[in-house]
Amino acid sequence: MRQLFLSLVTALLVALPGLALAQSAVDILDANRALVEKPTRAKIAPVISELAASGDPVAATVLAAWAEKGLGLRKADGTFFLIEKTADGWALRDLTGAEAGVAASSDIVELRPNAGVRGLIATALVQFTLSDPDPAKRAAALVSIARDPEAAHLEPLRASLATEVDPALKAQKDRLERLLTLRFDTDSAARVAAIEGFGSDLGLDLRAALNPLLATSRVAYAGDLPGGANVARVLVPGADLSEAEAYDLLVAAGMAPARLTVEEARAALLANVVDGAVGGVPVAELGTQAARDRAYTALEAAGAVPAAATDAEVAAAVAAHGFAEVYAEPDAQVTAAAKAALDGIALKVGAMQTADLALDAVSLASIYFLAAIGLAITFGVMRVINMAHGEFIMMGAYTGYVVQLFITNYTLSILVALPLAFAVTFAAGVAMERLVIRHLYKRPLETLLATFGISIALQQIAKNIFGTQARPLTAPAWLDGALTFNDVVSISYIRIAIFVLAMLFLLFFLWLMKRTRLGLEVRAVTQNPTMAASMGINPDRINMLTFGLGSGIAGIAGVAIGLFAKVTSELGSDYIVQSFMTVVVGGVGNIWGTLAGAFLIGTLQKGIEWLNPSNTLAAQTYMILFIILFIQFRPRGIIALKGRAAGD
Amino acid sequence: MNGIKGMMLGGAMGMALAGAALAQEETIKVGVLHSLSGTMAISETTLKDTMLMLIEEQNAKGGLLGKKLEAVVVDPASDWPLFAEKARELLTVSNVDVMFGCWTSVSRKSVLPVIEELNGLLFYPVQYEGEESSKNVFYTGAAPNQQAIPATDYFLEELGVEKFALLGTDYVYPRTTNNILESYLISKGIPKEDIFVNYTPFGHSDWSKIVADVVALGADGKKVGVISTINGDANIGFYKELAAAGVSADEIPVVAFSVGEEELSGLDTSNLVGHLAAWNYFQSAETPENAAFIEKWKAFAGADRVTNDPMEAHVIGFNMWVQAVEKAGTTDVDAVREAMYGLEVPNLTGGVAKMLPNHHLTKPVLIGEIRADGQFDIISQTEPVAGDAWTDFLPESAVLEADWQTLGCGMYNTETKTCVQIKSNY
Amino acid sequence: MTRQSFTERSFLAKNPSVLWFILILAVFTLGVTVLSEAYGVAFLSTSFVKTLGKTLCLCLVALAMDLIWGYAGILSLGHMAFFALGGYMLGMWLMYARTEEIVVAALAQGGLPATPEEVRQGIAVQIFGVVGASELPAIWAFAHSFWAQMALVVLVPGGLALVFGWLAFRSRVTGVYLSILTQAMTLALALYLFQNDSGLRGNNGLSGLQNLPGLSDASQDAVSMWFFWGSALALGLGYVLLSWVVSGKFGSVIRAIRDDEQRVRFLGYSVEGYKLFVFTLTAVIAAIAGALYYPQAGIINPAELAPIASIYLAVWVAIGGRGRLYGAVIGAAFVSLLSSWFTGGRAPSVPLGFYTVNWVDWWLVLLGLSFVLVTLFAPKGIGGLFDLWQGLRGPDRKGAPLGPDDGALMEKEARE
Repeated sequence: MRQLFLSLVTALLVALPGLALAQSAVDILDANRALVEKPTRAKIAPVISELAASGDPVAATVLAAWAEKGLGLRKADGTFFLIEKTADGWALRDLTGAEAGVAASSDIVELRPNAGVRGLIATALVQFTLSDPDPAKRAAALVSIARDPEAAHLEPLRASLATEVDPALKAQKDRLERLLTLRFDTDSAARVAAIEGFGSDLGLDLRAALNPLLATSRVAYAGDLPGGANVARVLVPGADLSEAEAYDLLVAAGMAPARLTVEEARAALLANVVDGAVGGVPVAELGTQAARDRAYTALEAAGAVPAAATDAEVAAAVAAHGFAEVYAEPDAQVTAAAKAALDGIALKVGAMQTADLALDAVSLASIYFLAAIGLAITFGVMRVINMAHGEFIMMGAYTGYVVQLFITNYTLSILVALPLAFAVTFAAGVAMERLVIRHLYKRPLETLLATFGISIALQQIAKNIFGTQARPLTAPAWLDGALTFNDVVSISYIRIAIFVLAMLFLLFFLWLMKRTRLGLEVRAVTQNPTMAASMGINPDRINMLTFGLGSGIAGIAGVAIGLFAKVTSELGSDYIVQSFMTVVVGGVGNIWGTLAGAFLIGTLQKGIEWLNPSNTLAAQTYMILFIILFIQFRPRGIIALKGRAAGD
Repeated sequence: MNGIKGMMLGGAMGMALAGAALAQEETIKVGVLHSLSGTMAISETTLKDTMLMLIEEQNAKGGLLGKKLEAVVVDPASDWPLFAEKARELLTVSNVDVMFGCWTSVSRKSVLPVIEELNGLLFYPVQYEGEESSKNVFYTGAAPNQQAIPATDYFLEELGVEKFALLGTDYVYPRTTNNILESYLISKGIPKEDIFVNYTPFGHSDWSKIVADVVALGADGKKVGVISTINGDANIGFYKELAAAGVSADEIPVVAFSVGEEELSGLDTSNLVGHLAAWNYFQSAETPENAAFIEKWKAFAGADRVTNDPMEAHVIGFNMWVQAVEKAGTTDVDAVREAMYGLEVPNLTGGVAKMLPNHHLTKPVLIGEIRADGQFDIISQTEPVAGDAWTDFLPESAVLEADWQTLGCGMYNTETKTCVQIKSNY
Repeated sequence: MTRQSFTERSFLAKNPSVLWFILILAVFTLGVTVLSEAYGVAFLSTSFVKTLGKTLCLCLVALAMDLIWGYAGILSLGHMAFFALGGYMLGMWLMYARTEEIVVAALAQGGLPATPEEVRQGIAVQIFGVVGASELPAIWAFAHSFWAQMALVVLVPGGLALVFGWLAFRSRVTGVYLSILTQAMTLALALYLFQNDSGLRGNNGLSGLQNLPGLSDASQDAVSMWFFWGSALALGLGYVLLSWVVSGKFGSVIRAIRDDEQRVRFLGYSVEGYKLFVFTLTAVIAAIAGALYYPQAGIINPAELAPIASIYLAVWVAIGGRGRLYGAVIGAAFVSLLSSWFTGGRAPSVPLGFYTVNWVDWWLVLLGLSFVLVTLFAPKGIGGLFDLWQGLRGPDRKGAPLGPDDGALMEKEARE
């Protein structure tokens, strides 16, 4: 990339005297029409640089328009226009910006440069926009430099630094100038100073600038180390690299013959079959590797095949050479400074990554908690196994989707959807309790199966109504993006919102159970329904309300989960097993237990993911395995109820 | 609600078909083997509707060989063993002359032994991992060299990506594709440590850590690109997390092989503008054939339905089969198969698709950038690329070749000059 | 009847249903054979014979489920994991042996006799090429030997059940907790097998199992009948074995455990030992059923272990009627055949005027709801019809609860 640009600039400088300096942007575009119409990054660069260097005042406008898909080509005569979409076609302006009428959509080819070409254009535009009066354009120029830093940018950037008035942009330019300095400055002292100036800064851009300085390659050498090389370290075969790797390096450098592969040996043997035997070994006996080696050695001795390196020869060749890692950067002072700086950063980055992982774990835990909190009521308090709990979550999510169909303001629609989802699933929960569950209070295993039947029915009904396609549930704009602490630690606002929601529900649950009449009655009914009834509590009503409440909370959780993931009919079944695990691991009948369970599961899953980043599925597998074992040793969960409240 | 509408339509269709069967008229039976329930129904139902539309259209033109076509629709319910069972039923009980069906590789692998045993004919419309050429299957979707390799070339050449994150759902298509891509990238000089591979389960929703890992790849100053073979629903969470992390397409471009118009309709794409997808067809392709097809489809299935790549594959496959039957004058499988080679059918995106002796098609490769309206801006379209059954980028496969016309073998070892096996690997 | 005569009567006299069952099964098998394509008048298609054969295997695993749930009161939601594991173990041999034939044949054309390394390498590439690997994982070490894999069909699921059961019963995990735990077990196993690194081809699983190694020229018409006979035999033997198990003293103890575990423990029985034995025995039966099932299905993959599969198993037993062995068989056969009829697209749609009920879409809703109804109103399931027919009524269930797990059925004991 950088070399490409540099060579282009050089080519241009050489060619410039030949070109009319005052060549206009229109001429350049016309001369390269085919290329401009279908640009590729590899070929278009000269055209872009030519435009940028043309001195034509419209060049910058043309380039900017081109990058933003605002440049078009009239099919009839191949004239370029600045175009803008209208209701039934295009509004045209010629390249100087003057109105040039309108055209039907089919008459104009809209030029769509790909992202690579757009990047080149943006880089070429930097010189125009670095000191542009519009701060947005200056900022865009800085982004472009940061994305594709080049040595050529250093001078214009330094020049624009003095005139920058916006303090934020000035700071940005200043940082960028130092980043460019440490990479491209010719003075090694200035580079070292720039590196040291950053200290242990966490920025990704700094690491992105420092790491290439430390890029190494492995070399093999005979005798002494090659002079002038900036050696990172000397490699010892057997310790730092395997013998095979070392020999491959020698082969690649042409310092040793390649080893014989099994296929090559086979082909060589086949080519030398004489009278049903190879090298005196009958073909029928070549069914083992040992026999084949024997035959090949015989052929080697006869000179029929080239000598292949034997193991002993390989070992000797490796022993006779030295191996080292060499920096691509020739300046040892710079690499030393960069290494020191990176080492300092690495420690801090490690700590920050742990913090980020912890945030992820907390976030996952709050999602599990939110999904499980309804279950903590129906299962934890009432001891009713509700396999359709997941489907209540799904119903909540679909309620959110339906509300968004009618209310297009996302903020408002979420505000409406939350209570509505509660109402819908509360009603569904009450209906289910009245119709099915109350007949089965004495038969827990059958509750499990009956609610499972309801679960598959509800799932299929959702499929029949909404289709199997995932439905969009879009978060309001103020939940877009992420809270970024630094370039390592960040968390999306939607996850923060879910965390907050989970905590609110925790408080709500505690308040409800400990501070309200309903909570008192619920606790009484669950501990001893007969006694509670004799105290004037209506157990039927309490059971119904409690179950409705648990279901309603599931509905709200559904809206939240739909916002961050997806809304499908299988949404609920993705969470049901984890939710039960959360409640069981935490300890039934205790909301703090559920919280602890959620955190244990979330942390564990993230921890395993960290250990094995390339396979998320493994994390889930081992997490469940751990839970199974955990329950074996603490069958009552983390926080176990004691005494009579424990039941049985 | 369009779901209900579609359902009623499907129901009406079922009744109509039952009526047709009762009429006892001699028909040519076309089996449609797509899941209508279960996890894959999301994608496959559309293909069933496409087939019904194509058959209806052909019947309106007067049928084939003077007979009407009759669709026999079965539902393998996203259950892989059931695919084999239903295929056997179609071939032995319903006596279909041809089948159009399957989506996932595992469903195809499940059907393969049955159709090879009973000498059936299957048109498989989805982009897949290659490494297969069955005598009884025509692959109208893309092989890796018609989608994955060109998209990777685009990353390397046009975007200058130097470091790759290969993210995929943990099943055979991403595994094999990533395997091919890994050895392709290494052959292009990308060191192995600059290729990050991650597999997630189906329907994965917790993407924060993976997105953070990908962003962190940029720490060594190389341009990072993501090649995504993430399947289905999981994409929604992935793109949402990507948008939340503020990863723009200019910083870390993502090219997806399994995200089409259908998948994008499940999310708000305004934050994803500029990310890429590689297919052989986009709804936004500006050709008269495509405009006509979209119009027909919307009239048939509903105004808000989108079209996608596997649908085009079925259109090409069906038209090609019709041509082959007319050329052969019979629906006999072997005769039709012989007649298929070299047939040409216009693509909806321009150019023609030609059936090759290895049972794959020539296809143009299109790369599209996601637009805010959930459609794609086509920013690159290649000349038609010939599908390669056995990839050239894995050592074991590089020596293999498929040619049913002259060699009569789908797994021919060019080194030892022998046919490894006549049946397929399953 | 007096206690004396009760113990003196022979096993078959005590269990007339066994004779009836064997008779019906024999007639059924004979009938299918006569109507089959391979050995009869070709009235039944081979795909239907395969469906019937698979259904017999499902009946066998339902029998196992009935023993553990209906008799021992342990609602295991993980028995399909053992079923699938059995299938995997046999599938490994089928796949390896079939691939070996192909590889050896291909290498024989190569001019040189193949080395064992080449054969192994060829097999590995053939089997694992599709999932991007070319090494044979360590768990395939015994795949070349039919007898070793056959032993593993019993040993692996049995071993897993033994370890899992020992851990679970030892820590007194009971009731719904155990159900959820078994569900977690099957989920974990499914997720593990979904990984390509598990060495069993991940999501693709093992396929082409219907082709028997060494018998490549046998037609599927014949093969399907062989497996049908095998399945019928296994079901018959399983039925006799389980009837014998539940009819003796052992049967009384496990029913007592179902009704009141504490009381049995206080009587001095090793409750955990009994439970563990039943759990492991049923796991082994499930595994054998699975080993017979998957060669008929042709493909096995981790989706078969999904928790839902085990729940369906419970559904079959519940609909058929728990606590009676023939109930489980009826439930499994009835529901699975009905299900394949409804999802096959052959059930006529019901036009309601404003809306057409398409059974492909609505079958699951119907199943779910009928399941709720059976649980609520007919806890004895279809098997309860036999009581009506025989004029036998269970004791009135109204009144005080009969024990902690009140879902248990106690009619049988009351009768004897």
